[in-house]
Amino acid sequence: MKNPSVDTHLLPADRAGDEPLLAVDNLHVEFQTRQGVVRAVNGVSYSVNAGETLAVLGESGSGKSVTAQAIMGILDMPPARIPKGEVRFHGTDLLTMRDEDRGQIRGRRIAMIFQDALSALNPVFTVGWQIGEMFRVHQGMSKRDARRKAVELMDRVRIPGAKSRVDDFPHQFSGGMRQRIMIAMAIALDPEILIADEPTTALDVTVQAQIMGLLAELQQESDMGLILITHDLGVVADVADKIAVMYGGRIVEHASVFDGYRAPAHPYTKGLLESIPRVDLKGQELYAIKGMPPNLLDMPTGCAFHPRCPYRKENCVTDVPPLYTVSDTRGSACHYWREVLDDGSR
Amino acid sequence: MTAPAEPILEVRDLVKHFPLNYGVVFKRQVGAIKAVDGVSFDLRKGETLGVVGESGCGKSTLAKLLMALERPTSGSVRINGRDITTARGAELKRMRRNIQMVMQDPYTSLNPRMTVGDIVGEPFEIHSDVAPKGGRRQRVQELLEVVGLNPDHINRYPHQFSGGQRQRIGIARGLALQPEIIICDEPVSALDVSIQAQVMNLLERLQNEFNLAYIFIAHDLSVVRHISDRIAVMYLGKIVELGNDAEIYDSPTHPYTQALLSAVPVPDPEGRETRQRIILQGDPPSPANPPSGCHFRTRCWKAQDICAEQEPALEARPGSAHPSACHFAEARDVVNAE
Repeated sequence: MKNPSVDTHLLPADRAGDEPLLAVDNLHVEFQTRQGVVRAVNGVSYSVNAGETLAVLGESGSGKSVTAQAIMGILDMPPARIPKGEVRFHGTDLLTMRDEDRGQIRGRRIAMIFQDALSALNPVFTVGWQIGEMFRVHQGMSKRDARRKAVELMDRVRIPGAKSRVDDFPHQFSGGMRQRIMIAMAIALDPEILIADEPTTALDVTVQAQIMGLLAELQQESDMGLILITHDLGVVADVADKIAVMYGGRIVEHASVFDGYRAPAHPYTKGLLESIPRVDLKGQELYAIKGMPPNLLDMPTGCAFHPRCPYRKENCVTDVPPLYTVSDTRGSACHYWREVLDDGSR
Repeated sequence: MTAPAEPILEVRDLVKHFPLNYGVVFKRQVGAIKAVDGVSFDLRKGETLGVVGESGCGKSTLAKLLMALERPTSGSVRINGRDITTARGAELKRMRRNIQMVMQDPYTSLNPRMTVGDIVGEPFEIHSDVAPKGGRRQRVQELLEVVGLNPDHINRYPHQFSGGQRQRIGIARGLALQPEIIICDEPVSALDVSIQAQVMNLLERLQNEFNLAYIFIAHDLSVVRHISDRIAVMYLGKIVELGNDAEIYDSPTHPYTQALLSAVPVPDPEGRETRQRIILQGDPPSPANPPSGCHFRTRCWKAQDICAEQEPALEARPGSAHPSACHFAEARDVVNAE
C-alpha cells in the first residue's frame, strides 16, 4: 500500500477534563477488495457531547459514512476490518464489547437515520408496525401498546393525522413524511446519540427546512448529541456547533463552526467555501478546486490533497501531515496551516 | 443582458395533463394530473432562464415538452418562430437538432456498453448530414477537447471516468449538433461539491463561446442565481413569479418565492440565531386535485377569500416591475433580512 497508516488522536480540549459522551479515537477501517486493501478510514478521531451537534463534512468516498457505520456496528465484517482504534461511549470501548452488550446500545442509546428513507423502510410492513418494532424488540411491549406508542411518536414528529395514517405503508407517504417516520423510529427509545447520515439530501429545500427544524427541536427536548453527516455547507452553517472536514479517509480539519467558516485552516476547507456561488461575484468564474477526489485504491503519496492544493510545497508530496494543533479546539492536517489561516476565507 | 435580442424560444399557454384512468378492460378517465398548467415565457439568444421549484411542480415535464418528447395537451412552443408541437417527421427531426438536453445523472444517462466516441458521435448517426462520415471521429475529438476531456480517451467506456468527467461527456453530446438551446435538467446536483464549480464554469464558458441559450432547471437556488439572467419560479404546474436575478432574489413578491428563498440555508454561521425563516407547513397538494383559485393558498399565510375564488394572473402589479401571480404581491427581502 502506498499510503501509510496515520495515527491521529483527539484534540487537546477533548482529552482534558471529562470523557466525552462519544469519542471516536484513532479509528481505522479497511476493506479487503479484489484490487487490494482499501483504507477507507485512516486515523479518524472526533467526539460529541450531550446536546452538541458535530457536522462531518466530506465528499463521496471521504469515509464519513463508514465511520458512522463503525460507530453503529453495522459494517459487514469481512470485507471490512477494524485494525486499530476505539469508539468509546461513556468511556467504554464499543469495538471490544460482546455482541449482546452492543445490541443493547445499538438503536436504543445510539440511533441512526439514513439518507434514502424509501429504501431504508420495509415496503411490506405498515409504518406503525415498523415504528412499534422498536418497542416490541427492545422492550418486549405488546402489539397493542407498541401501536399506541407508534401513534404518539408520529404525533411527536408532526405527521398530520397520525392516528389514521399509522396503518399506511411507506409508499403512501411523501419523501419528507418518510424521513419523519425514520426519525420517529430513531428517537423511539430516547437515544443519547443520533447519527444522521445525509438526512435531507434527497429532499426539497422547503421540506429540508422542516426536517432540520424538527431535529433541532427534538435535540433540545432530550439533550441528544447529534452527528450530522453531510456535504451541504449551508445546512452545516445553520445547525452545527463544531465541524470535522474529511478528505481521503482522514479528518483534515477540526474547528468550531464559527472559526472554520471565518478562517479555514486547511486548503480543502478553504476551497470548498470559496467554490460556493456568491451574489457579488455573479458573472465571474467560480473558484473551483482543480482535479478530482482521490481514488482510495491509488492514494497520492504524502498529503492526499497535494495534487489539488494551491499551497503545495515539496514536502507535501512525500510527508504525510499529522493533525497539527492550531488551538485547543482546532486541528488541521496541513503542513502550511499557518499560511492558509492567515489568508482567511476569501 | 436584457438586450432586445430576438426570442429564440417562445412558449405560450403550454398545458400538459396526464389522464388518470380507472378500470382494466373499459378504461375511463377519472381525472388528470395537471403537470404543466398554462406556462408562457420567452427565451432570447444567449440568455439563461433558471427554473426553480419543488419536486412535482412540473419542471421536468416542461423540459420534455420543450424537447417535443411529450405532446402538450394545448399551447405552443415556437423555436425561431416555428411550432415544434405540431411538427412531424423530417421537420421535427430538423427542429430537434436545435434544442438539446443535458441530463441530471451522469451515471445512468450514458450507455455503459458504448465508448465515449460512440456516445458523443451518436447524434451524427441520426443527423448524418451534419458531419460527413469520414470526419466524425475528428469532430468528436474536437468536442471532447472543448469540454476539457483528453481527446485520446475517445475509446474509453463511461465507467473509466469520474462523475464530473461523465457530466462533461453528456455536455459534449449535447453540443454535437451545434444547437442554439440547451436544456440543463439539474446538471450539477449529482456531483461532488468540489466538482460542481468546475462544471458550472464549463457551462458558462460554452455559453459565451457558442452564444447558447440555456434553460437551467435546478433546485439549488444559489447555483441558479449564479448562472441565470432571468428566473422562473414554478409551483404546481404554473409559473408564479418571473424576473431577473435581482428582482427574484432581492425583492421577491410572491409568498412562495419568499418561503423558498428563506428556506435555503445560508453558508455562513454568523448571525444564524437572528435569521428569520418562513417555514411552510405540509407538502404541496396533489397536481391531480389542485386547490381552487390560487394553487398556493392552502400553504399561504396571506390567503384570504379572494384567493380561493379567483386565480391570480401572472402580471406586474403596483410597486413591483416584474410579474407575480399573487393578489397580495408585495416585495420583501428575505435573504438579506435581519
